[in-house]
Amino acid sequence: MDQNDINRLRGKTAVVGLAESGCGLASGWSAMEIMASAVHDALDDAGIKLKEVDGVFAATAFHSMAAMSLSEYLGVKPKFADGSQIGGSSFLSHILTAAMALDAGLINVAVVAYGSNQKSAGGFKTISEAMPYEAQYQPRMPVTAYALSAKRYMNEFGATREDLANVAVSARDWALLNPRAYTHQDGPLTINDVLSARPIVDPLGKLDCCLVTDGGAAIVMTRSDRAKDTKNTPIYLLGAAMEHHHRMISEMPDLVQTSAIESGKRAFIMSGYKPNDMSTIQLYDAFTINTLLFLEDLGFCKKGEARELVKNNNIGPAGNLKVNTNGGGLSCVHPGMYGLFVTLEALRQLRNASGDDVGQRLNGGWIDNAKLSVAHGNGGVLSSQVTNIWGVSDTL
Amino acid sequence: MAENLAGTVGPEQQFKNFLSEGKFMIQRCKSLNKFFFHPRVAFPGSGERDLEWVEASGNGEVYSSSCNRRLPEKGGDFNLSLITLEEGPRMMARVEGIDPDKVEIGQKVKARISSLNGEPAVIFDIV
Repeated sequence: MDQNDINRLRGKTAVVGLAESGCGLASGWSAMEIMASAVHDALDDAGIKLKEVDGVFAATAFHSMAAMSLSEYLGVKPKFADGSQIGGSSFLSHILTAAMALDAGLINVAVVAYGSNQKSAGGFKTISEAMPYEAQYQPRMPVTAYALSAKRYMNEFGATREDLANVAVSARDWALLNPRAYTHQDGPLTINDVLSARPIVDPLGKLDCCLVTDGGAAIVMTRSDRAKDTKNTPIYLLGAAMEHHHRMISEMPDLVQTSAIESGKRAFIMSGYKPNDMSTIQLYDAFTINTLLFLEDLGFCKKGEARELVKNNNIGPAGNLKVNTNGGGLSCVHPGMYGLFVTLEALRQLRNASGDDVGQRLNGGWIDNAKLSVAHGNGGVLSSQVTNIWGVSDTL
Repeated sequence: MAENLAGTVGPEQQFKNFLSEGKFMIQRCKSLNKFFFHPRVAFPGSGERDLEWVEASGNGEVYSSSCNRRLPEKGGDFNLSLITLEEGPRMMARVEGIDPDKVEIGQKVKARISSLNGEPAVIFDIV
């Protein structure tokens, strides 16, 4: 691939508004109402009127044609829309598509949105069809798939359930600093709490698995020339790339290596930065094994070494790596598709460090002088991998 | 040519029909001399269509395994594994005849055709 082509989108677009809505419990609210509320709040945050929105990007487990349903609900007539569904990473791929459509001049203002009321509507909600050649064995998807990966990872690298538990403990420590987190009041976790939690699919127990909550989120994107004139600090999209190698876990080429190796490599090349340049690292932690795999696959350490990297709370608030600083899907919020919340936290850390008021955190919850964040999305069963690199203006 | 498919069935149904006859069959690409699973209309990745069905040896090895916890009144815990077949391809299946949490990576297994919920299914036993 030509280097100039891959860099074409670098810094051309920016997020100028963001919001979340109904996170935790939102009984009495539909997925669409939660999603649309987030869009209106994100537009208010940006200071951009609904009438200016001409690009709509959305996915949920509640609407098979989410971009169309959302556009109708908002009363928007988009000139370009995309409701591609590749699981929880969909939004990070929508961001790439929105950047392409903005850069091509097809649209001027894009919203990327998500909403879910799965918790108040009865529990984990999926839009997925049954997988041929797997369904008759009745796997408890998605947990079984991640358990199979975790078991193989432990076998290949001598990792233990304690290594996985370190991830959950650090995520909770971040959540304790974030008043928005669902478990903010729940107190810290110990390794023993995680190990003794109810087994779901061995080797994963309940506290190796993400929360089940309600919630929605939205962001507003424009071309960078316009972003300079909006009321908040614009956060620029410096790199974005996606890749997937399988849909069913039985087709995953190697259970301990994800296609984040490829998406991460190309996103970092586009951005011109390296993993160690990132002030904050936001990873799609639907299960504890995810954080280990993505730290390795995105280049923060070698394959098999993340278990060392996450020891001694090194990815917690007092650690060297600022990973999942909102508390993650494990301890902050997870309405079924977590990708836009990975993005929100990457953006919020940069805006806070630039002086915007994006909410309160306890001491240590905000990362001082944060300038670059990586947001990594995962979808399906370690299937779709999408990496976005975000930066403030002086990283352009 | 696949323009007119009337009167034939696709590879998925062919696979199920073989199972109903008590045969565990997998596909092989003749020109590449390579096996693959799951059944498809062409070799994945390069598209060769000179395929034939071959009876699998049934020999395999546990690539990964999980114990799915389930209430006793709903049938109890069960094993779910990924098995690498001797011929190369990998598939999901259950390993039975052993405690569901005692199946370990690298164990040799042998296929038999059993049934799950009234449908024929490939199940593996520890060798």
